[in-house]
Amino acid sequence: MTALTALDVSVRPEENATLRPVPWRRMAWVTWRQHRTALTGVAALLAGLAVLLWIVGLQLHHAYAAATACRPAGSVACGALINTFNRTGGFLVNGGILQVVPALIGAFLGAPVLARELENGTVRYAWTQGFGRLRWTLATLVALGVVVAVAAGALSMLTSWYYQPYFATGNQSLSLTTLNPLAPGLFDLRGVAFAAWTLAAFAIGGLAGTLIRRVVPAIVATLAAYAGLAGATGGWLRLHYLTPLVTSKLNIPDSAWVMTQQWFTKSGRPASQSALSQVLQGAPGQLFGKGGVPKSVTVWQYLVQHGYTQWTTYQPASRFWAFQWIEGGWLLALSVLLIAVTMWLVRRRVV
Amino acid sequence: MNVVEARGVSKRYGRTWALRECSLAIPAGHVAALVGPNGAGKTTLLNLAVGLLAPSQGDLTVLGGHPAGSPAALDGVAFVAQDTPLYKNLSAADMLHLTRNLNRHFDQAYAETRLAELGIPLKRKAGKLSGGQQSQLALTLALARHPRLLVLDEPVAMLDPIARHDFMATVLTAAADDGVSVVLSSHVLAELERVADYLILMSLGRVQVAGEVDDLLASHRMLTGPAAEAATYAERPVVHVRSGEAQAHLLVRASADDPVPRGWEAHPVGLEELALGYLREAGAAALPGPVRGRDVEMSEVTK
Repeated sequence: MTALTALDVSVRPEENATLRPVPWRRMAWVTWRQHRTALTGVAALLAGLAVLLWIVGLQLHHAYAAATACRPAGSVACGALINTFNRTGGFLVNGGILQVVPALIGAFLGAPVLARELENGTVRYAWTQGFGRLRWTLATLVALGVVVAVAAGALSMLTSWYYQPYFATGNQSLSLTTLNPLAPGLFDLRGVAFAAWTLAAFAIGGLAGTLIRRVVPAIVATLAAYAGLAGATGGWLRLHYLTPLVTSKLNIPDSAWVMTQQWFTKSGRPASQSALSQVLQGAPGQLFGKGGVPKSVTVWQYLVQHGYTQWTTYQPASRFWAFQWIEGGWLLALSVLLIAVTMWLVRRRVV
Repeated sequence: MNVVEARGVSKRYGRTWALRECSLAIPAGHVAALVGPNGAGKTTLLNLAVGLLAPSQGDLTVLGGHPAGSPAALDGVAFVAQDTPLYKNLSAADMLHLTRNLNRHFDQAYAETRLAELGIPLKRKAGKLSGGQQSQLALTLALARHPRLLVLDEPVAMLDPIARHDFMATVLTAAADDGVSVVLSSHVLAELERVADYLILMSLGRVQVAGEVDDLLASHRMLTGPAAEAATYAERPVVHVRSGEAQAHLLVRASADDPVPRGWEAHPVGLEELALGYLREAGAAALPGPVRGRDVEMSEVTK
């Protein structure tokens, strides 16, 4: 065979015109083989947490059932059972260690996806294969992103079950620990938020890795960016998803998340603390209990009688799912955007 | 068909021009050597050809008109990058599997046979192979794709003489037996004569010379004569002058039929001599066709 015939395009006619691309499914093995160590690590982390939640969760549910079934209420024996419930799983009450899961996945799975390739120069191999660099990037990011989001979603179902006893109405009257479903640190562990945060952390990692092109700095940047975003969302943004309810009454449910509470004068101006104290100076002694501590309801009534109004803005717990979908929605949109930006960078990236 | 065709291609990194108005056409069926000093723009040109980079200006096509980096181009062009990047924690077998999955064509039997011949254990991690074995593995991955164009960036720079010889032997076998066109860059001039039948000389981001080696050798002579007369020689274009105390050596564009001035002797030039002559004169006129300048006729270059 001479060189010329071998080079003749007509020898391989299927290469002309419509070139059938390499099927997407072939990336499944490639992605698994390249990231199996990190994926195994993620699986081990999630499985470990699942076992922990399961074991502690069984104790917690057991203690809760015992505490609520105890009769007669208020007895010493019941008090002991209530204490047992309140002490069980104390390290998880505020969300604690579960908060770091999305950050770890973003940093140790998301950030290296492109950073390691760029740092080691293996993009020059990966991006010159027939599969094509944009398809390679898209397949890798989407496959890994979906896997970690689904895994996180599975864990958050267990988390939701774990925290159930804390949200029951009537806990407070029994002095059982009560948690607010909208509380930062808890809200994002349940529902769809946990999976969405994990996906977003992964997408942040992917973009940071593409921009920074070095694994370790990309990991640090991912952790910082995630912490900033999660902090800003929990501390401020989440409470503004929907216009808060406003009331001048005391009918705020215990489970509501109170945003602001402020006394106003008759003319509608905020009342200063000193003005309120002055009014209360003239109050009869029975407003104050032992040691001069004001009894809150009577103090409230006294101030209302004197023309003051207390305005409270709050988010009712019934908005939990609306908030979940809002948070899940914008995080999904953010993740898609971050992946799109990553793709755009990959397209024009100087290697 | 031209396996690589560049029209006024420039590439800029920030304010630095890595490549300036490069026009070039490498016909199919050659082993083309891209030669030039470090920083001449060889790697940039090759990265453009395989689609890793996009030109700042101009356009570059491969395999007879497919834009570099397009699906058809990626399918037909195999690239072994500088320092042969491989996934160090993957075994040779995994690298084969990976490459098979990422390409439309992959000749598993060929790849396994070759690795067996080379004594590269399939189960060994790529990072644990010697430098020569890593290069051979990368080359095997590229050739098993049965590319129509094989692009090699400084493939032998890091290799010892034996590994270098074995590597180039594989490349030449592929070129001869399967008709693969090869474009390779090198700053090692020795051995080029044995390997390349097409030469592209680059310096300072420009193409100086491009042409078939036989044509280039036939159109250049080395004139040896009195050093005093070297400056006055003007009958044929002089590429480079190397003067000793008594004698001067002039690399000139002249064929064997051109007359030799009295007192001078003409010798045929070797590829290394020719390349060195041009590389020492970064501004020397590019040959055989005027490949510098704005309105380049591709036919002149490819002729």
